[in-house]
Amino acid sequence: MTESAHTSDRPVAAAQPLPGRRSRRARVWRVLRKAPPTAWFGLIVIGLYLFVAVGAPWLAPYPESELVGGAFEPWGGQFLLGTDQLGRDMLSRLIYGARNTVGIAFLTTMLSFLLGGGLGLMAAISGGWLDQVLGRAVDVLMSIPQLIFALVLLSILGSSIVNLIVVIAVLDSTRVFRLSRSVAQGVVVMDYVEAARLRGEKLPWIMRREILPNIMPPLVAEFGLRFCFVFLTISALSFLGLGIKPPTADWGSMVRDNAALITYGDVTPLLPAGAIALLTVAVNFVVDWFLHKTSGLRE
Amino acid sequence: MNPVLRTILQRLGLGIATLFVVSIIISLTIEMLPGDFARAVLGQSATPETVAAFQREIGLDRSPVVRYFNWISGVLRGDFGESYASAGSLAGHRRLVAEMIGPRLLNTLFLAGAAALIAVPLSLFLGFMAALYRNSFFDRAVNVVSLTSISSPEFFLAYILIMFLAVKFPIFVSLASITPNMPFLDRLHAIALPTLTLVLVIVAHMMRMTRAAIINLLASPYIEMSRLKGARPMQVILRHALPNAWAPIANVIALNLAYLVVGVVVVEVVFTYPGIGQLMVDAVSKRDLPVVQGCALVFAGTYILLNLLADIVTIVSNPRLLHPR
Amino acid sequence: MSESMEKLKLAEKLVGRGKVSRRQFVQLALAAGLTAGAAETMFVKAARAEPKKGGFAKFGLAHGATTDSLDPAGYPDTATQIPFAGAMSNNLTEVDADGNIHPDVAESFEPGDDAATWVFKIRNGITFHNGKGVTPEDVIISFQHHMGPDSKSAAKSLLADVKEIKADGKDQVVFTLTGANADFPYVASEYHIPIMPAKDGKADWQSGVRTGAYVYGEYEPGVRAHLTRNPNYHKTAWFDEVEFLTIPDVTARTAALTAGQLHWISRADLKTLNLLKRDPNVNIDEVTGLGHYTFPMLVDAAPFDNVDVRTALKYAINRQDIVDKVFLGHAAPGNDNPIAPSVKFAIDPEPKHTYDPEKAKFHLKKAGMENLKVNLSVADAAFNGAVDAAVLYQQHAKAAGIDINVVREPNDGYWDNVWLKKPWCASYWGGRPTCDWMFTTTYAKGAAWNETNFAHPRFNELLIQGRAETDEKKRAAIYAEMQQIQHDEGGAIVLVFNNYVDASSKKLAHGKIAGNWEGDGFKIAERWWFA
Repeated sequence: MTESAHTSDRPVAAAQPLPGRRSRRARVWRVLRKAPPTAWFGLIVIGLYLFVAVGAPWLAPYPESELVGGAFEPWGGQFLLGTDQLGRDMLSRLIYGARNTVGIAFLTTMLSFLLGGGLGLMAAISGGWLDQVLGRAVDVLMSIPQLIFALVLLSILGSSIVNLIVVIAVLDSTRVFRLSRSVAQGVVVMDYVEAARLRGEKLPWIMRREILPNIMPPLVAEFGLRFCFVFLTISALSFLGLGIKPPTADWGSMVRDNAALITYGDVTPLLPAGAIALLTVAVNFVVDWFLHKTSGLRE
Repeated sequence: MNPVLRTILQRLGLGIATLFVVSIIISLTIEMLPGDFARAVLGQSATPETVAAFQREIGLDRSPVVRYFNWISGVLRGDFGESYASAGSLAGHRRLVAEMIGPRLLNTLFLAGAAALIAVPLSLFLGFMAALYRNSFFDRAVNVVSLTSISSPEFFLAYILIMFLAVKFPIFVSLASITPNMPFLDRLHAIALPTLTLVLVIVAHMMRMTRAAIINLLASPYIEMSRLKGARPMQVILRHALPNAWAPIANVIALNLAYLVVGVVVVEVVFTYPGIGQLMVDAVSKRDLPVVQGCALVFAGTYILLNLLADIVTIVSNPRLLHPR
Repeated sequence: MSESMEKLKLAEKLVGRGKVSRRQFVQLALAAGLTAGAAETMFVKAARAEPKKGGFAKFGLAHGATTDSLDPAGYPDTATQIPFAGAMSNNLTEVDADGNIHPDVAESFEPGDDAATWVFKIRNGITFHNGKGVTPEDVIISFQHHMGPDSKSAAKSLLADVKEIKADGKDQVVFTLTGANADFPYVASEYHIPIMPAKDGKADWQSGVRTGAYVYGEYEPGVRAHLTRNPNYHKTAWFDEVEFLTIPDVTARTAALTAGQLHWISRADLKTLNLLKRDPNVNIDEVTGLGHYTFPMLVDAAPFDNVDVRTALKYAINRQDIVDKVFLGHAAPGNDNPIAPSVKFAIDPEPKHTYDPEKAKFHLKKAGMENLKVNLSVADAAFNGAVDAAVLYQQHAKAAGIDINVVREPNDGYWDNVWLKKPWCASYWGGRPTCDWMFTTTYAKGAAWNETNFAHPRFNELLIQGRAETDEKKRAAIYAEMQQIQHDEGGAIVLVFNNYVDASSKKLAHGKIAGNWEGDGFKIAERWWFA
């Protein structure tokens, strides 16, 4: 993040690469070329998902929630993956599901990291009563069973998509807060932070320029897992009767709706479940690679 | 004062304060839910008179604040109150919250204990091996399998296990309905599938964290040093990395053990296991506030105690914290 | 008939009672000229047809909560209704599989001159599980348990018309009603009103001592109930032991049945029913019940106060499509008549309300509108599939220029905050066994559960007339007119009559399944047996 700020500040340097200071594109390429195959696999899968998510209206053969055929049409022919219980095209719903699910999961995770990460950093830097108050508040939130609490909150607020995102993000942000606070505490005591403070830099500046770059690795690792847990929370909520409601297609609820088929050996529910699993594996491959790169291990 | 003792006392004090705040939040949110116990129980057949009669009997006509203070003063005397369903009590007994939660909690602990006994050693072993043979085929395979299982919803894993191990090959049973006077071995047989499901769910997380914690340390100078001295990789990890990795590992284990007690309501529903999670969901949907409160306190208490345990491990495993200057 | 054939017939009956062995039977059959294979088949059939005692039957129920109790004032769902109302208790009367009323704890019942008084004679020698004989006092107390100002009973409004209950001699109870009610014996069969022993002037429901086929054993509310056979039952019960388990997750329920852990499950999963049917050890039992799903409109709220708007909406829905897609064929499309076809005096009013966008447009125009935009508030709490049905309705109505905005309401508190409050919503009726009962509960002016705010003078007049009328023909005419009024002017769009789709192990056998309530009229434990 800080790296990109540097390069965009100095277009001249970028245009005339000096030995050892290559252009941004070249540097990215050099890093990628050395990336292990797992990381490549992860990046390609993520790219594919993004492509599908963005291009859903053009890629999907049928609209998301329109009834285009009979219920439970078989695979093949007009409907490549058959239709669901109301006669909506399964493939189209999977494709739109990418857009909705990945979008919701991404927004939720971002929100929880902004909230939890931001507060965690503030608590670590300022210390004192702010740290105490935030810390205790998070303790309280974490000691209430998350799933049941989410269920109750969504019952009160109504289970619209916005509420879903906000409720899951707030409950998730507690863990992010704990993590970012604990890693940031290790950094805050470092001399260069002290120096910046003595220079009279403002709090946001210190957070962004001095601390954040140094605590990125564990946060990114957490991001990878949290991102995937959002799917699970959504599908658990829909198991208990809340969550995203049709006609919006999302993978978590699609697994739930079709899960019973698996006990008869029908593989349909494996499609959305597989879509989630593949994305999880891909994201975490990339995260692992990033961790490996930043850990300084050479093997 | 001994740092371990000081931490324990400090945490216990904070824990009690936390429990208190939790009980207020639970009260508030349950009050904010639409409807109340009388309406939830009567459902479609509620008429204004019957609802009013219900409310009078269980004291719902008093203000929430009064009810809360009555309840909390009871708790301070060790009395967790009685379920609103006492209005329709069993065999003449009032239905005490403590009596309702007790057996359910034991069931939950039984299941959690069985799952933990398998999952914790297994994930430590796998994480350790993955760190030792990092980037090998073994590491990658364990990684992919665990990521796949971590990203599958619990009920889905449960259904797959049911299909294979209860329907196709009837080795285990899909109904984990255990009864109080069941022989121990029968109980173990009954809970085999839920245990297996939970193991699959938590092993991945603990294993990844164990691996990460160990690998994280491998970059530190003292490990580099021991390696330069010619120690074998296994020795390096066992003697030098592991002792310092205990703190983060203990934290992850505590988190997952808490999950085994607090977060398994979905698994309980699928296997119809009479645990405490189902009790709480049931009580929430019926607005049975005293029972919800009781369950919430048990859950919060579990969480706080397990975290305390993890902190103690952190202190004990770190000489600098154990013997502060 | 030859002598050997007669012997065979007799033997067939005896087989059912377990008195003739397979070997003896086959010998007889061969003597009568049957082939060995045919004799074998005949034996198995005979052995199945006659009920026999024995076995431990396990039932998986879709409902149940930890707040459930033995108190019949509650009995909110099948986890209490089937074990406690059905298996453990009896009422004064009982409805059979064909909808006819029979005496049960009562030996006989008779109306007074005007059907405003009813005399029930208690069955001679009937006892509670603890051996105590049933007295008039027990009957009176059992009814009074639901009455009075402090009653929290769901049956309170049902018994609002009961003015007085008196003992008459040692074995008779006289009910005096505020007005005539020819259907009162049906009311007495309602599952909330089992006969309980009196104790200190109150109904003793806590002990679980009743008169029914099974004796109270172990009970964990919301988890399971375990009962054993009543050896002194005044009818016959076949199973030695029965257990009822609450299994809310339908997949878990089905898996337990196919794995042989359960013998019967309620509410099979419709989505996977075809797959379940392939299981050679499983029977699917399907009966059309009295229960129905409705979209009630408040007829005093705009725009539903215009009868043409209501008619337009009735024509704008494709019920068959909803039956096919939401209920996967396991329901019967409604015709805006809330009386189920199997109920006495039921008619099928004309013209049939089938999907016809042109007629819908016509009625809309008659109401002075080109198009219409309305909100329909739904949640699956109303009935399973309510949301899907509403989404389909939305699509159907587009063709008639009607824009239905489907508003998703939370499941939690649906009956409190949406039903009877929002102008148009989704609702469910378990159904009532008589016309009068259904109309009195739901469509009479001022009824607590009048979900359409229907207040039709002629309709209410007919309702009173029908109750006092004992002439069958005249009653039929009265109820036909009332059903026609509901169909033409009523505020309820009767979507479908739902089927009870249950699944059972082939080990179980049974007679005709009753559709008045789930689980063979809640009486599955009493009426079924191991083949």
